[in-house]
Amino acid sequence: MSILVNKDTRVVVQGFTGSEGSFHAAQMIEYGTNVVSGVTPGKGGTMHLKRPVFNSVAEAVEETGANCSVIFVPPPFAGDGIMEAIDAEIDLVICITEGIPAAEMLKVHRKLELSKTRLVGPNCPGVITPGEAKVGIMPAFIHKPGTIGLISRSGTLTYEAVHQLVAAGLGQSTAIGIGGDPIIGTNFTDALKLFNADPDTEGVVLIGEIGGNAEEMAAAYIQEHFRKPVVSFIAGATAPPGRRMGHAGAIISGGKGTAADKKEALKNAGIFVSETPALIGQTMLEALGR
Amino acid sequence: MKIHEYQAKELLRQYGVLVPEGKVAETPEEVEQIARELGGVVVVKAQIHAGGRGKGGGVKVVKSPEEARAAGEAILGMQLVTHQTGPEGQKVKKVWVEKGSNIAKEFYAGLTLDREKVRDTFMVSTEGGMEIEKVAAETPDKIVKAAIDPAFGLQPFEATRLAFALGLEGKAVRKAASFFMSLYKAYTESDATLAEINPLVLTEEGDIIAVDAKMNFDDNAMYRHKDIAAWRDLDEEDAAEVEASEFDLNFIKLDGSVGCMVNGAGLAMATMDIIKFSGGDPANFLDVGGTANAESVRNAFRIILKDTNVKAVLINIFGGIVRCDRVAQGIIDALTGDEVSVNVPVVVRLEGTNAEQASEMLNNAPLEFIVATDLKDAAEKVVAAAK
Repeated sequence: MSILVNKDTRVVVQGFTGSEGSFHAAQMIEYGTNVVSGVTPGKGGTMHLKRPVFNSVAEAVEETGANCSVIFVPPPFAGDGIMEAIDAEIDLVICITEGIPAAEMLKVHRKLELSKTRLVGPNCPGVITPGEAKVGIMPAFIHKPGTIGLISRSGTLTYEAVHQLVAAGLGQSTAIGIGGDPIIGTNFTDALKLFNADPDTEGVVLIGEIGGNAEEMAAAYIQEHFRKPVVSFIAGATAPPGRRMGHAGAIISGGKGTAADKKEALKNAGIFVSETPALIGQTMLEALGR
Repeated sequence: MKIHEYQAKELLRQYGVLVPEGKVAETPEEVEQIARELGGVVVVKAQIHAGGRGKGGGVKVVKSPEEARAAGEAILGMQLVTHQTGPEGQKVKKVWVEKGSNIAKEFYAGLTLDREKVRDTFMVSTEGGMEIEKVAAETPDKIVKAAIDPAFGLQPFEATRLAFALGLEGKAVRKAASFFMSLYKAYTESDATLAEINPLVLTEEGDIIAVDAKMNFDDNAMYRHKDIAAWRDLDEEDAAEVEASEFDLNFIKLDGSVGCMVNGAGLAMATMDIIKFSGGDPANFLDVGGTANAESVRNAFRIILKDTNVKAVLINIFGGIVRCDRVAQGIIDALTGDEVSVNVPVVVRLEGTNAEQASEMLNNAPLEFIVATDLKDAAEKVVAAAK
C-alpha cells in the first residue's frame, strides 16, 4: 500500500514538549498517526498530549514499542538526537531539524552505515502516507491516497507537486521529503528502491534541485532497474554558480551540480522531465498514458 | 562563510601549519613599514574573497620597502577584477604583506566534503598553482585523493601516502605529512567546508609551507565559532543580502527585472525558473520562510524594491501550516502601511490552506493586485507586467 510509514507505525517524538514538537505532534495525532510517546530529557515520567514522556529514546522503545522516531530537536543537539535513536535501534528516524552542522552529519552517517536504522532528512518535511500516517510537518489535507510515489529535496515545492497531482486526479502512495542538506540519510536511489518494490506504487515523481549528483545517480539506477514511469523536475536552472540557494546542499560548485547536467542525465535514462514546475501533474498523466 | 587569505593563514598558524611570515596593512605606509621589518623580497597581496587575484594585478613581488610602498599604493583602493568578481570588480581595502618564499616546487592540497562518498576528502596534486577544476577536467590522474573515515580522522599513514604521491623525498615527506595532519585538524576543528592550499610549496630550505590559503566554513556551525564568525567581512557581500539576513530572509540578488517573494527555497528556485521559461528574468531569489507575515512581507518588499531594475513583483506562497488568509492579510497590511511604497505591479498567487478566501481578500483590498490562479498563470502575468 505504501512505503516507510503506515497506520501501524508507532511513532515517538524527540523534542516532544518543545514548541515545534508539541505543535506538529498534535497535528500528526489529529491526522490519525499512531504517536505512542515522546522524549524530552528531564521530563521523563510526565504526560504530554495524553502520551507518556521519557528521558531517553531507549526507554520509549522499551515501554511503548516505538519503531519510528521523528526529531524536532534544535540544530546544536539534533545530531546527537539522531545518534541516540540509532543507538536505540529504531527502524526509521525522520529528522525535521534544519541547520545541523555538516561535521555532525558526517559522524551520524558513519554510524548509520553500521546500523539497520534508516534515516530520512535532516532538513526535510517528513514522510506521509495519505490516509494512514503523517510523520512530519507537511500540510496533510492537500494529499489524497493513491498510487503515485513522490521523492523530493524540497518542502513547499513538494506541496506544489502534490497539489498538481491531486488536481490531475492522482493520489499518492507515499510522499517523502529527503531534505535539502549536503549530507542526508535516505537519498533518491534508496527511496526509488522502496517504491520499485511497492506493488501499489504505479509511478514516481522525483523533485531534485541543483547541487551534488544524487539526481545523476538516481538516473543511473532508474535506467538499470526501475520498472515504473518516472517524472522529474529539477529546480534551479536560473541559479548562479557558487551561491547557496537557501538549502545548504543547493549550490553549484566547480561547474558541477547544474540543473542542465541533471536534466540531461534524467532524459538519457528515459525519464519524463517536466521543463517547468507548472507541468509536473500533467507530465505524470502523460507518463502513465492517460 | 568565506574569510580572507590573511585570516586563513592566521588560523592555520594556530594549528602549526607553516605559513610565510607577514602582516596585514591598510595604507602604503604600513606596507613599507612591514616590508622593512621583514627584509628582503616581500609579496604584497590584495585581500578580497575572490580568486584569480594575481592575474588581475592584485599581487606584486617587490625587492625593497620603497617598491613595497609603491605596490601598496597601486593595489590598495583599486577595483580588482578577476574571473570570480564580475566585471565591476571588488574594492581592495587591505593587503597582506609577507616574506618572499624560495620556491623549489609547487603543489596543490585541498580538503573538502565528497558528497557522494559522505567523507571529507583530501586531494593533492603535483600541478600546483593551476586551477584545480581545470586539472580535474583535463588530467584527473594527476589528482590523488584520500577519503577520510570520520570516526578516526586522517591517519599518519594516509598523510604519508599523500606526501609520497607528490613525489617528495627524504625529510620533506615527513614535513608534508605533518603539514597535512595539521591542515586536517584545522579543517575539522573549525567546521570548515573547504581548505585549499594552492600553491603548497617545497622551499629551497626544504620546508613545506602554505604560500596561499583559502578557507570556507559551514554557516550552520558558526554558532560554536564566535572567533571565526567575527571575521565575516560585510564589504565582500551584497548590502541588500546582508540586510535581508538580518530579517531572517534568504535573499540573493540577480540581474533581471522580475522581483520574487516565495516561501521555501525549492519553490523559490522553481519560481525563478518558470519566470525565465515564460520569457522574463528574475531579479532575485527570496525565501520569506515559514511565516510570511506582515513584517516579513514588508521587509521583503523593501529589499526587493531597492533594486531599481525591478519592474514587477511576484508573490508566490504555498500555504501549508501557514494559512493563505493570514498571508493575504500580511500582504495587505504591509502595502497599506506607510513604511513601504510599491510603485510596480504586484502579482499574487496564493495556494493551499484557505486560498479562495485569500484571493477574495486581495480582490476586495484597496490596492491594485493582479491575482493569479496557478504557477503558470502567475509567471505569465508577472512577465507581461514587467515589460
